[in-house]
Amino acid sequence: MTAFAETAVDTVPRPGWGERLDRHAGRLMVLPAVVILLCFAIFPLIISAYLALSRFALAPGGFTLKFIGLGNFRKLLTGSQQYHFLGTFGAFGPVAWGLVALAAIALLYCMARYLRGGSVTVVGIVGRLISVSLTMGLVLVAVATLATSGVPGTLVTTLLYVVIGVSVQFLLGLGLALLCAQPIRGRNFFRVLYFVPLMVTPVGIAYTFRMLADMQKGPFAPLVRSFGVGEWSWATEAWSARLMVLVGDTWQWTPFMFIVLLAAIENQPRDQVEAARIDGAGGLQIFRDITWPAIAPVAGTVVLIRLIEAFKIIDLPNVLTGGGPGLATESMTLHAFIAWRTQDLGASAAVGYMLLFVSTVVCITFFNFVVRPSRRLES
Amino acid sequence: MRHLLAGASALCLLGGMGIAQAAGEFDGVTVNVMTQTGAIQEPLQRRAPEFEALTGAKINVIAVPFSDLYQKILTDWASGTNSVDAAVFAPQWMVDYIAGGYLEDLTARVEADPAIEQDDVGAFFRDFSEKYAGSIYMITLDGDFHMMYYRKDLLEEAGLEVPRTWDEYLEVAKALHGKDMNGDGTPDFGSCIAKKRNAQSYWFVMDVVGSMTQSKGTSQGAFFNTADMTPLVDNEGFRKALDFLSESTKYGPPDELNLDVSDTRPLFASGRCALNLDWGDVGTISIDPVNSKVIGKWGAAIMPGSTEVVNWETGELEACTADNCPYAIDGVNHAPFAAFGGWGGGINAAADDKVKDAAFAYFSYMTQPAQSNQDVTVGGTGFNPYRTSQLSFSDLWKNAGMTEEEAAVYLGAINDSMNSPNMILDLRIPQNQKYQQVVLDEAISRFLAGEIDKEATVQAVANGWNELNDEIGVDEQLEIYRATIGAN
Repeated sequence: MTAFAETAVDTVPRPGWGERLDRHAGRLMVLPAVVILLCFAIFPLIISAYLALSRFALAPGGFTLKFIGLGNFRKLLTGSQQYHFLGTFGAFGPVAWGLVALAAIALLYCMARYLRGGSVTVVGIVGRLISVSLTMGLVLVAVATLATSGVPGTLVTTLLYVVIGVSVQFLLGLGLALLCAQPIRGRNFFRVLYFVPLMVTPVGIAYTFRMLADMQKGPFAPLVRSFGVGEWSWATEAWSARLMVLVGDTWQWTPFMFIVLLAAIENQPRDQVEAARIDGAGGLQIFRDITWPAIAPVAGTVVLIRLIEAFKIIDLPNVLTGGGPGLATESMTLHAFIAWRTQDLGASAAVGYMLLFVSTVVCITFFNFVVRPSRRLES
Repeated sequence: MRHLLAGASALCLLGGMGIAQAAGEFDGVTVNVMTQTGAIQEPLQRRAPEFEALTGAKINVIAVPFSDLYQKILTDWASGTNSVDAAVFAPQWMVDYIAGGYLEDLTARVEADPAIEQDDVGAFFRDFSEKYAGSIYMITLDGDFHMMYYRKDLLEEAGLEVPRTWDEYLEVAKALHGKDMNGDGTPDFGSCIAKKRNAQSYWFVMDVVGSMTQSKGTSQGAFFNTADMTPLVDNEGFRKALDFLSESTKYGPPDELNLDVSDTRPLFASGRCALNLDWGDVGTISIDPVNSKVIGKWGAAIMPGSTEVVNWETGELEACTADNCPYAIDGVNHAPFAAFGGWGGGINAAADDKVKDAAFAYFSYMTQPAQSNQDVTVGGTGFNPYRTSQLSFSDLWKNAGMTEEEAAVYLGAINDSMNSPNMILDLRIPQNQKYQQVVLDEAISRFLAGEIDKEATVQAVANGWNELNDEIGVDEQLEIYRATIGAN
């Protein structure tokens, strides 16, 4: 046996350069992408982590970075910038407690559904417990600043943009996609028309909305005055200013939802739809039992992508209101940007890392409790 | 060595051509100049081809929004990118740029360039806006003082006097608010003041506060106690200023909290405001025959003042007397605010020598009377008068469409402000942007939006400024603050 093996090894020819290249071709092909990723994503991430733990100052001939540990994060969470980042907390009343209880029930329900689902692992349980706890923390901060006499900070304002904005955009996008999937005349025209806002740069949309919404010289100013509200402006009240930002964001991003959902709807099994129609099923019934299960995985994924994108909102609040009135429309990205442009690079990086943390928590929670179950729904 | 080189190159230019601009001198040289978008950008951009034709130097004007300008310049220079060869910016930022060693010392070049006519530049701009620690780092292109504008016709019609105090300002604003001021059938506004966050609004706060905290001359200071750097915020003067801002909002446009100066200026020129606070730009915009509906109907005056000033020991307001208001006019303490200090050009110390020469020649060209005298009379340039020869009525103003009567009040207001011994100098300590554009701006914006009350606003500004003092160093900041205002 041994002698045979030795003979066999001796007879196997050594691989040539070409064969070796073939064998490592995959790694070589990936290498440039890895190097680029390291240079442009990982390296800046590490540098910004150091910035977040430092204080930047100009010095003769350049600048200094003084290591201050978690000082920038402490300032945001418990220090002098808490009002700016987390907000000002008000006293909890019955409504606030009710909202907290509702959120807790919803999260417990999601957890219970996972536990009953069958494919339960220890890692899965621990991961979900962490994401549920952190999500509950975000809910508490949101309720403490919104449902009380408090004032929301940039964290809660960003969550508002994300939760309300993405929900509205999804519903509108789905509605438009369902309409455009019908055999109606000129539907290709409408498809192109609905898609146009997505191709406009966000800052362009922001300036357009600023002009449209100008209460003194805008095109709708005479109309608004004719309704007797000439002495009011959306820009001076917190909720109307946030609403205007949401309207602009929705106008731009609904087409993204629309186009992806339209593709998913058109890919649903036609035979099942036809069969259901022959059997006398109504539109709502077909949507609930055939269309929705077919598009649910795509819907979950498109919302996830949009969630990640929505956390980075900056152009609209920056151009429309400069973050005002007060802090009402300032998002976390704008918060970081304002800190950066006033030379507070450490605070800016710290806000950036908080944004990364919060968006990761929200997106993982959404993925675990919505996207994954939706895939099971399809299967 | 750097001074010697600069001096030598300037002398070469001087000896060869008399002035810096000579045909073909800078052929092939490109100078990247950064400034703000809109006004200020306009004259720099418009005159760049003229300068290129004269000297061969290509001037590439890069414009960014005002709120980004400070950091864009700083990032370019501090990171060593050095794509910006020169910039036109606020003199108060000079202290940060010099701390990093990014600004070229221009003393020798200015002294060697007679075409600049330095003696004609107003003393305040020559000695404060251009200089730091005795050396010249900037070339003044614009003169900046806050002043008050009013509708002469409306005041006369209503039998009202030009406001001299902030209380009178509110009375006039209240009396005229809601009247149709331009004949378009819609009610107009008693007062227009830029109050937008993250814009250029935060300077207007100090107009009101300063008239109550500074009464004993420029060197007394309006921002901090010169003894220990305590912010002059937790006092009745600051609280009264907050009341003024809140009250004036009632007589302003409904979206005043979202209006920057670029929004209030056309409002005044279109005849929609009875009173307005701004820099000198409104005067030249108001005589624009194309866009102004207030030609012959407007006036200007030194910023209103106060008949009460803050006792720094007690924080209480006290009536003006000869002791506590030595510079009061008819019992009113005026403290005209040299807000911003006038746009000026500075040159990147790391630029190539030839580029520095071209940049200096360009700034010299822009500030020379032949160019400057035209630019300061045009509203859209953002440049206001800063040369002594520009501050009296002459053919310059007559040709621009200003009457002698208008010039008397407009230029008179600038002269009164510039010559006031109680003028407020803008904050010029390291990282002054954080004190004003972040802490002060944010707190006032939150107050006006109703997020926080008066006491919380006072505490937000006081705590924010104290925190910055502690982080940067109280003693260092105090020393620089005292030096910049000339405190004994």
